[in-house]
Amino acid sequence: MGISVRNLHKHYGTFRALDDVSVEVPDGSLTALLGPSGSGKSTLLRAIAGLEEPDSGEIVIGGELATGLPPQRRNVGFVFQHYAAFKHMTVRDNVGFGLRIRKRPKAEIRQRVDELLHLVQLDGFAERYPAQLSGGQRQRMALARALAVEPRVLLLDEPFGALDARVREELRDWLRRLHDEVHVTTVLVTHDQEEAMEVASRIVVMNHGRIEQVGTPAELYEHPATEFVMSFVGKVNRIGDAYIRPHEVVICHPDQEGCIPAVVERVITLGFDNRMELYLPDGERVWAQLTRDEVAQLQPVAGQTVGVDLSQSRRPGWEPGGYMSPRPAPAGVAAGAAATVIPMRAGEDDAQSWRARVGGR
Amino acid sequence: MTTVTSEIAQAPRAAQMARFARLRRLEQWRYVLLLLPALVFLIAFYGYPVAAMLTRSFSEPGWGLQNFEPLLQARSALDAFGLSIPMNAYIRVFGITLQIALIVTVFTLLLGYPVAYALSSVSPARANLLMILVLIPFWTSILVRSYAWMVLLGQEGIINQALIATGVLAAPMQLLNTRLAVYTGMIHILLPFMILPLYAVMRGIDRNLLRAAGNLGAAPSAVFLRIFLPLSLPGVAAGCLLVFILGLGFYITPALLGGQRDVMISMLIQQQISQLNWGFGAALALVLLLMALAIYLLFTRLLGVERVFGSARA
Repeated sequence: MGISVRNLHKHYGTFRALDDVSVEVPDGSLTALLGPSGSGKSTLLRAIAGLEEPDSGEIVIGGELATGLPPQRRNVGFVFQHYAAFKHMTVRDNVGFGLRIRKRPKAEIRQRVDELLHLVQLDGFAERYPAQLSGGQRQRMALARALAVEPRVLLLDEPFGALDARVREELRDWLRRLHDEVHVTTVLVTHDQEEAMEVASRIVVMNHGRIEQVGTPAELYEHPATEFVMSFVGKVNRIGDAYIRPHEVVICHPDQEGCIPAVVERVITLGFDNRMELYLPDGERVWAQLTRDEVAQLQPVAGQTVGVDLSQSRRPGWEPGGYMSPRPAPAGVAAGAAATVIPMRAGEDDAQSWRARVGGR
Repeated sequence: MTTVTSEIAQAPRAAQMARFARLRRLEQWRYVLLLLPALVFLIAFYGYPVAAMLTRSFSEPGWGLQNFEPLLQARSALDAFGLSIPMNAYIRVFGITLQIALIVTVFTLLLGYPVAYALSSVSPARANLLMILVLIPFWTSILVRSYAWMVLLGQEGIINQALIATGVLAAPMQLLNTRLAVYTGMIHILLPFMILPLYAVMRGIDRNLLRAAGNLGAAPSAVFLRIFLPLSLPGVAAGCLLVFILGLGFYITPALLGGQRDVMISMLIQQQISQLNWGFGAALALVLLLMALAIYLLFTRLLGVERVFGSARA
């Protein structure tokens, strides 16, 4: 079921945790609330679950007004960052807790718990205690427990935050597949933009208790509405007051039209991905994301001068095409690096011939 | 040192391993050294006197079990559970002692649990402030507090005077030197021993568990009964054990506040020893000690030591 949040306000003393937040979560979607700590994303999630009482505003779940309802009557699944496992109960009793509270027949509970444990790949763990599970297993148990009561919506508060990187990757992937199977409207809180982009089909970016932008991962990446979204979603270079994605930085011939000279500081190989760190004549730093093939072709050396095309950069005007005016390059290019500079010549526009001249590199 | 290492280097592998194992064991003995001062002190000033005292139950006035005979000499028999239990004044005192300790334990639990719950629910800063209210009486001498109850409960005491002044009573009521006075005084004195372990365990309960249970549809009463209460049981067990065993050995408070019929074992022991009846006094002390040990073992066997003294975390 869909969730509508309308004009939600929440203050803690003078701190505005939620400042007039309105957002729609469509039925069946997997939505991420993304923002730095203190942005209000967790407060919003807890308000939807009824764990936090907003100062004003409305929350409507599946067409029914939820604000004012106590948490136990909202039928909203909630998964906590630190699992909140009932450690005095077995996995079976943990998962069946909500059903026992609802006084369902024993046989039905047993069958449903077995189904859920299978769904979260914990078959055979039913009689264990949470202390005997790994972090990832506990979190999957918590998910099964939340799903057992067939919640109208599923809310996950930094669900993978306490897990190590490898398990986190696995669980992200698993959650996405689970959502494809179960199709329950899911809202996930995270401060990790990579996690949000990887898991969610819609992202709500929050900052300072306000919503910055709502959109698909691609929309946020390609058309960020604000400076904050630009810098928070995806990797970005900031040069003066302009922004450019590292993959939009084009390495070119320094004399070429629209290119500015830049000195290679170092190249970091991350596999297919490569990171070339450069500095511009005025000392600004910028890094370019290059593929393995591009690096193989350029054979860059630290200290060498290349050209960079920054025409893809944009200012907070926000449609791409806004661009950084190239600063006038000083005659001797970067002062300190002058000795090692071997600029490409005009016409020498393929790196091959340039490398041959520079010395076989 | 150099000779030792070179010897080790030259020794065949098996012998070398054995030598390392020996060195490692030696290392472990270092920790025993850290315990040694306290151990020597305890043995010299606690273990030895207690052992010497308890030995007298077998050795005075002569060697034998004669000191335990009065306990088994029946003046009457109590028929219970189809058994005829020998009954005499001494057995009755043990019975009274157990009864008082049990009732005091139950009431400290009933009074202490809500206090500990409240303390664990407020912010740690406020809890520390409120904790002072629990600790100030705890730091006050038992003697002073028992005398304070005498002042309150006496014939001319504040309670009687107030009741007469307001016209509730015509004549002063017998409050002091009653079983009720013993219960009141002991509950008051032992309450912190219940609150502190309860509070420690309750602080460790993750409040998100309560939120999670509520989120799964449990009403506040169900959240308490199914989540909070079971998780607080280790504190209940620790507090009850502490209060019960301390209650068994109580002396000053029942002596000052109790009546002639409210004799506890410790008072009997004191009486025997003041009459230089060392042997019988020691025999009573030994029985009390064995009783406390038996209850401790029963308790930890039923609940598991780790549940009584373990932390609240999994």
